[in-house]
Amino acid sequence: MKNNQPTPRSEYTAMAKGLHWLMALGLCSLFALGLYMADLHLSPWKLKLYSWHKWAGVTLFLLAWLRLLWRFTHRPPALPGHMSPLERLVAHCGHALLYLLLFAIPLSGWLMSSAKGVQTVYFGLWPIPDLLTKDKALGDVLHEIHETLNWLLALTVAGHALAALKHHFVDRDEVLQRMLPGVSGKSTQ
Amino acid sequence: MNSNRNLVPPRDFVSTKASLPAKHTRAWGALGAGGLLWVSCWPVVSGAVEFNTLQPAQSTLVFAYKQMNVPMEGRFKSFSAHLHFDPAKPAQGKATLEAPIASLDTGSEEANDEVGDAAWFNSKKYPVAHFESTTIQPLGGNRYEVSGPLTIKGHTRLVSTPVTVSVQGNRAVFDGSFEVRRADFSVGEGTWADFGTVANEIHITFHLVATP
Ligand code: HEM
Ligand code: HEM
Repeated sequence: MKNNQPTPRSEYTAMAKGLHWLMALGLCSLFALGLYMADLHLSPWKLKLYSWHKWAGVTLFLLAWLRLLWRFTHRPPALPGHMSPLERLVAHCGHALLYLLLFAIPLSGWLMSSAKGVQTVYFGLWPIPDLLTKDKALGDVLHEIHETLNWLLALTVAGHALAALKHHFVDRDEVLQRMLPGVSGKSTQ
Repeated sequence: MNSNRNLVPPRDFVSTKASLPAKHTRAWGALGAGGLLWVSCWPVVSGAVEFNTLQPAQSTLVFAYKQMNVPMEGRFKSFSAHLHFDPAKPAQGKATLEAPIASLDTGSEEANDEVGDAAWFNSKKYPVAHFESTTIQPLGGNRYEVSGPLTIKGHTRLVSTPVTVSVQGNRAVFDGSFEVRRADFSVGEGTWADFGTVANEIHITFHLVATP
């Protein structure tokens, strides 16, 4: 994999693919875990799940920074030539929204935890500073925000995945393939 | 010179619990109970003045514990004390303290809803945590070591704590902190008995303000 090409490449680098799929898996798992744990009756199990959710969420937050760094140092492959200006706009806005949520969701979780008075101690070892002091009303608002952003992510990802499938099965272009692990087709661009 | 007064009437503890909406999770700990403890307040005398009226609004009884290694804090919203302390004869002083379990705020609503359950404090059967001093030993200066039985959930353990007394104008302030282990009082039984989630050690800190 050559990096830092000034011109668009034909496929994503291994790093970009790895981060994309690792985070996709992590986000889906955390989403399910979040919904499951929040409805549990109080128990040691529930407290453990909450901690694990936060540790995994902080890990994804760190990966998001790595991903942003990748994005600033690389140009993603160009979109296929058959796409209309509107389609390009939607694709770019969709990707921008996904990037935004990769930061906003864990950030809202972190702030919510602080406002609820339960600090995040990464892996039970490293305390992460509380950015807010305990405030029940604010904690409830941040919970709403965390939840709403998560549903927004679910919607956006659904549209994103459908678009990828459309590229593959309807347009029959290389868009899905160049994000899949392994060798992709030749550059068509 | 002796005083024996109920300084803070216990509030209706049943309603305290009922009024807390149950919801979110967290915190836990439960325990606080331990906390109770010690609010030993005995009036200190400065000159001929005896400080024996607890100022509940300025006094606090808080406890700290770890949950999944996260530092948590809770407190008692009300407690009462009977004081009897002659500074000229500190060793003959006496302090008793009662803290209703229903006034216990674990720092989490969800935990507050369960703290009265049998696994935690069983507050129906044991509604109040109780401490009574048996010895007050001067440690020099304005410091004392206060010891006596602490009863929580039907279990009694001897505890002792250092107390610093400072008189500021017409107020006397008693400060101290000590540690109890929840397992000594069977607080947190069954699935909660594992200290990996809620730690055994409960650190109690009291700050009591009294006026004449
Ligand atoms: C980055 C990926 C994350 C995802 C996908 C995610 C997803 C979710 C979801 C779906 C819920 C359930 C919301 C509900 O129905 O109540 C939830 C709850 C929660 N999340 Fe996250 N979360 C993430 C990161 C974080 C982080 C970094 C923290 C804290 C450091 C956090 C703390 C919480 C807490 C405390 C709750 C439970 C709120 C409550 O029930 O009181 N989350 N999360
Ligand atoms: C939580 C789940 C997901 C997130 C957060 C996510 C996020 C992203 C982001 C931010 C990009 C843009 C990368 C860039 O060019 O800078 C991207 C690209 C891509 N994603 Fe996802 N994705 C997710 C799931 C999926 C799924 C399930 C599929 C396939 C079914 C998929 C297929 C693709 C493809 C094919 C691209 C490349 C688009 C192109 O070449 O222009 N993604 N994804």
